Amino acid sequence: MGKNLFDKVWDRHTVRVLRGGETQLFIGLHLIHEVTSPQAFAMLRDLGLSVMMPGRTFATVDHIIPTDNRKRPFGDPLAEGMVRTLKDACDEFGITLFDVPSGRQGIVHIIGPELGLTQPGMTIACGDSHTSTHGAFGALALGIGTTQVRDVLATQCVAVARLKVRRIEVIGKLGPGVYAKDIILHIIRRLGVFGGTGYAYEYAGTAIDALSMEERMTLCNMSIEGGARVGYVNPDEKTFAYIEGRPYAPKGEAWTRSLAYWKSITSDPDATYDDVVRIDAADIAPTVTWGINPGQAISVKEHVPTPETADSDAERSLIREALGYMQLAGGQPIEGTPIQVAFIGSCTNGRVSDFREVARYLKGKKVARSVRALAVPGSMEVARAAEAEGIDEVFREAGFEWREPGCSMCLAMNPDKLIGSELCASSSNRNFKGRQGSPTGRTILMSPVMVAAAAIRGAVVDARDVFAIR
Amino acid sequence: MALAKIERVTGRAVHVPGEDIDTDRIIPARFLKCVTFDGLGEHLFKDVRFREDGTAAEHPLNDPRFAGATILVVGRNFGCGSSREHAPRSIAKYGFSAVVGESFAEIFFGNSVALGLPCVSLARPDLVALAARVESQPETVVTVDLVRAVVRGGDDLTWPLSIPPAAREALLAGLWDPIGQLLEGEEQIRAVAASLPYIGA
Repeated sequence: MGKNLFDKVWDRHTVRVLRGGETQLFIGLHLIHEVTSPQAFAMLRDLGLSVMMPGRTFATVDHIIPTDNRKRPFGDPLAEGMVRTLKDACDEFGITLFDVPSGRQGIVHIIGPELGLTQPGMTIACGDSHTSTHGAFGALALGIGTTQVRDVLATQCVAVARLKVRRIEVIGKLGPGVYAKDIILHIIRRLGVFGGTGYAYEYAGTAIDALSMEERMTLCNMSIEGGARVGYVNPDEKTFAYIEGRPYAPKGEAWTRSLAYWKSITSDPDATYDDVVRIDAADIAPTVTWGINPGQAISVKEHVPTPETADSDAERSLIREALGYMQLAGGQPIEGTPIQVAFIGSCTNGRVSDFREVARYLKGKKVARSVRALAVPGSMEVARAAEAEGIDEVFREAGFEWREPGCSMCLAMNPDKLIGSELCASSSNRNFKGRQGSPTGRTILMSPVMVAAAAIRGAVVDARDVFAIR
Repeated sequence: MALAKIERVTGRAVHVPGEDIDTDRIIPARFLKCVTFDGLGEHLFKDVRFREDGTAAEHPLNDPRFAGATILVVGRNFGCGSSREHAPRSIAKYGFSAVVGESFAEIFFGNSVALGLPCVSLARPDLVALAARVESQPETVVTVDLVRAVVRGGDDLTWPLSIPPAAREALLAGLWDPIGQLLEGEEQIRAVAASLPYIGA
């Protein structure tokens, strides 16, 4: 009987089974950042431990870094303290840090692939739930807590229960103006925000095969929003072509050896799964959220649900809570909902391909006067590439602010925040209450092209109509 | 590493209703600007407990009838979203020693157990009954009994709890922080590393 990628990679990285039944899993690549990792070094010191394999951990700064003025010390002394603590720990334990002076700083899930650190058949861990992004390369990538960051630093391992595997096949061809972001919002809407708990998601099918590596990253990135800690796509020629020649990619004889390994860990044609779900790509429209979790999503042409449509008391009260918070009325079309802020960026949609795609349509258009619009490249490399193509100028001319790289308004730990109950059309990953920095701020998630269309109209709108995408 | 065996947690409880409560709601991101976990307890559920002007909002944790509760009763998919360990840390630092809900998000659950904070699940009707009892009789002594795998409410109510076997075993055996076990395997760790094509040669 065939094996799937999850089983192959998991088994190769299993050190042993612990008392109680969890797996001691070896972690091939460990990524750290300034918010969830400094405390782990303190725990390490308290226990008198050191870093077992400092060459297998890489650090960057992304969550709290300002995107307007990056002059040190930062205006926020707490932010300055966190970045300094991380730098000191990296110096002390011999860990490579991609900070601003390195020229390679960026969102941890953007720089890993960009540098060629992320490779198929690896286990990857990071103190961040969007670590699933790296699954786009056929890696098993899991988000961990700070105590587990300590575990990886000390032992290059985590203790974790084996996951079940659900194959999600998306068959057919996406319509024009429909992107990976729409696929994943559609999947989460269908399977629910906790439908993936206990599962790894294997994304497959002709629509997934056709996605670029960047779009596969967007897809895998939001697996956790559906409850799945791990999401992955089997590696193929596109994957190998993306990696080749990047700074940390294997070279020469190592490349040949790696390629053989990468091909060997793909799911066998007769592999078995704990569950299989099939989705028709033609059913997926540009999708937007209307509520306070990513599963509360509808196509842009649909109407906001009413509590009466719910099939349980729990659902009914969830819909009521979401409508109240979002200041929306059940039954109203989502199209036409006025926005005050537009945000393009984040580990979900902050790659150069995202900005390039938006720039195609943005040229010659203007952001509505009522909208504050922010474009935040995911890394210094993304910024350089975009600027080399003049993409930054297209954004600026349209009325966007073009910022320095970081997580920015996805979680608003830096000064980029919503004010009061502003409504933001956002290319990020979470529409939780207060997520974008104001306790009453509101978020509607959508693809970057949909954000651009909303910025121009000053309201949620079908980008296919605004940009004549046929 | 010698850790306490966690067999049962007993105390009064408080019910914080709602489904899909994410870790941003448990501890908003602005309180993550710290290099230690000290002081997180006071920010638990900050933006739903307090209005923007700092005055207390209507919230079970602000209700004096539930002051001093050590068991937190929640709904479905509690702790979804961000992997921030600050969430279970703030719950523990606030004074809770166990969480009872319908279900928990995976990363939150793992982070909690690694701190010795058991999260146990009850079937929906049982959870509703527990919440009703706690709300009508806040003095009820609730016991989360991991040995017998039940939750008790007062002297008269008992419901079966569920928890993944590995987590239950780890709590009962005092092995909930895995670092001791992980460190034991150093030779095997190096052997696995050497066997991997991307490391070995």
